[in-house]
Amino acid sequence: MSIAESVVRTIEDKGAGAFVESYDPAEENMVINLGPVHPSTHGVLRLVLELSGETVLDCRPVIGYLHTGIEKECEDQTWRGAVTAVTRMDYLAPFHNEQAFSLAVEKLLDLEVPPRGKYIRTLMSELGRLSSHLVWFGTSGLDMGAMSAMFYGFRERELFLDFYEMVTGLRMNHGYNIPGGVWQDLPEGWEEVCANIVSIMPGRIDDYESLLTENPIWLERTKGVGIMSIEDAVRFGATGPIGRAAGLDWDLRRDMPYEAYGELSFEVPVASEGDVYARYQVRMAEMRESIKLVGQVMEKMPEGDYKNMDPKIMPPPRSELNRSMEAVIHHFKLVTQGYTVPAGDAYAAVESPRGELGAYVVSDGGTAPYRCHVRDPSFINLQSLASMAKGGLVADLIAVIASVDPVMGGVDR
Amino acid sequence: MGGVSDTLGANFMTTKLDKLVNWARRSSLWPMTFGLACCAIEMIGTTMPRHDLARFGMEAFRASPRQSDLMIVAGRVSQKMAPVLRQVYDQMTEPKWVISMGVCASSGGMFNNYALIQGVDQIVPVDVYVPGCPPRPEMLIDGIMLLHDRIIKGDYESMQVAAE
Repeated sequence: MSIAESVVRTIEDKGAGAFVESYDPAEENMVINLGPVHPSTHGVLRLVLELSGETVLDCRPVIGYLHTGIEKECEDQTWRGAVTAVTRMDYLAPFHNEQAFSLAVEKLLDLEVPPRGKYIRTLMSELGRLSSHLVWFGTSGLDMGAMSAMFYGFRERELFLDFYEMVTGLRMNHGYNIPGGVWQDLPEGWEEVCANIVSIMPGRIDDYESLLTENPIWLERTKGVGIMSIEDAVRFGATGPIGRAAGLDWDLRRDMPYEAYGELSFEVPVASEGDVYARYQVRMAEMRESIKLVGQVMEKMPEGDYKNMDPKIMPPPRSELNRSMEAVIHHFKLVTQGYTVPAGDAYAAVESPRGELGAYVVSDGGTAPYRCHVRDPSFINLQSLASMAKGGLVADLIAVIASVDPVMGGVDR
Repeated sequence: MGGVSDTLGANFMTTKLDKLVNWARRSSLWPMTFGLACCAIEMIGTTMPRHDLARFGMEAFRASPRQSDLMIVAGRVSQKMAPVLRQVYDQMTEPKWVISMGVCASSGGMFNNYALIQGVDQIVPVDVYVPGCPPRPEMLIDGIMLLHDRIIKGDYESMQVAAE
């Protein structure tokens, strides 16, 4: 029975007594709202559930409670300015949003990023994956009653936020990757801070694993719960850890290398069970791989320019402005008007912590995007929620939401 | 000195009842988990080990509006979310306070467009605005301390009148 057909009971002429007598909870399904204000919906997700007792018969995600109009907002910005808008979409993976957008714009401009710029982007992207997975670890632990997971996850996250602040000036929403590179070089002393993270994190991940991996309650809550087959993963377009947990061996970093990933060696963890526990294992293994990647990037970090110094795209350095009239003219044009991008469209995708994050930009040859659409993995992955939740208990649904790790900022944009 | 204090000596402290009530209200604010977007992550970060909001007696976040008296609107409020926000606010028990966390909640921030409410003060009365995108945990703590000051001064009623 669908939600539309379910019985609507009203108290009419028979009186309240008749209503209570005829009510048999066993034969009636209940429709309830989970959210949009609910502690375990990871933001303002609203789920309309049809329940028979505790069993979920149907689950419809209702989205749009965080619709910010960011795609539209991009059309009012310059190409450079739109970066500050897209970074606020998936707020746990700001570097990846900027990266996808910048890569797409660079395709249109046919602009090359210098090697150091590519490596810095790769570094920030992997650190971003770690800090995002730490939030997932904390919140999914919290959802299933493991409060200490939350404390540990957010304790380590502060290490990363300190590094972001050191590099970009902001703890979140950085606007750091811009078309042509990154907007400023890594600061002095970044190696020590980064090396500190690389040396601390493996031990901390061991701690997390000792908390949960063999915890009987955790196993009970996650094993065999919310199963998604590989066929479903392909059909729903699920990417990222939830696709790989179902056996879909697909990672853009390895299969369609961008930035510096082609020059680095890493494993792509894949599981086959497709349940919540498999997603947990895949993400944990991914965190370890990311730490290795950060170590490799630190070793290989090349010297040189960190952004393409094409004067038509990138404002000149401050020191030039005192000496060169040409630099002043370029600076003035770029600040007041921005640069133009040849007409056309381009799509570029990166592997965000949640899956394939792609940016599709259209230019009409002007100084602002004509259209900017983002394929956000949270949005695509969320549609598989119903298939995973059906037939399970409400408590399992909470575990499933946590394992999908949707970020509503990315879903609604 | 004088009056009761003279008779009872140093064993008792006299105060006005509303001062005592305000002190109690300030010391046990229960925030509601109203995380919307990026700011929510920083709000969670504020309660976590590094910044430890429990130092100020503020760590008891409640999921139910019935059990909370402070709403920290953390993030951008869309047109679709506005009625929900107002309903949650109405369900909270008096006395209640609102902190608008971040520029999006305070004024719409950088998103001056069709989708967002240009400032949550259009729907609910706001006591403290915390700027930033998102505000650092220290800024949120500062905002909370400001609210504590206001509560202990006891200008709750006057704030309500101003809001209406």
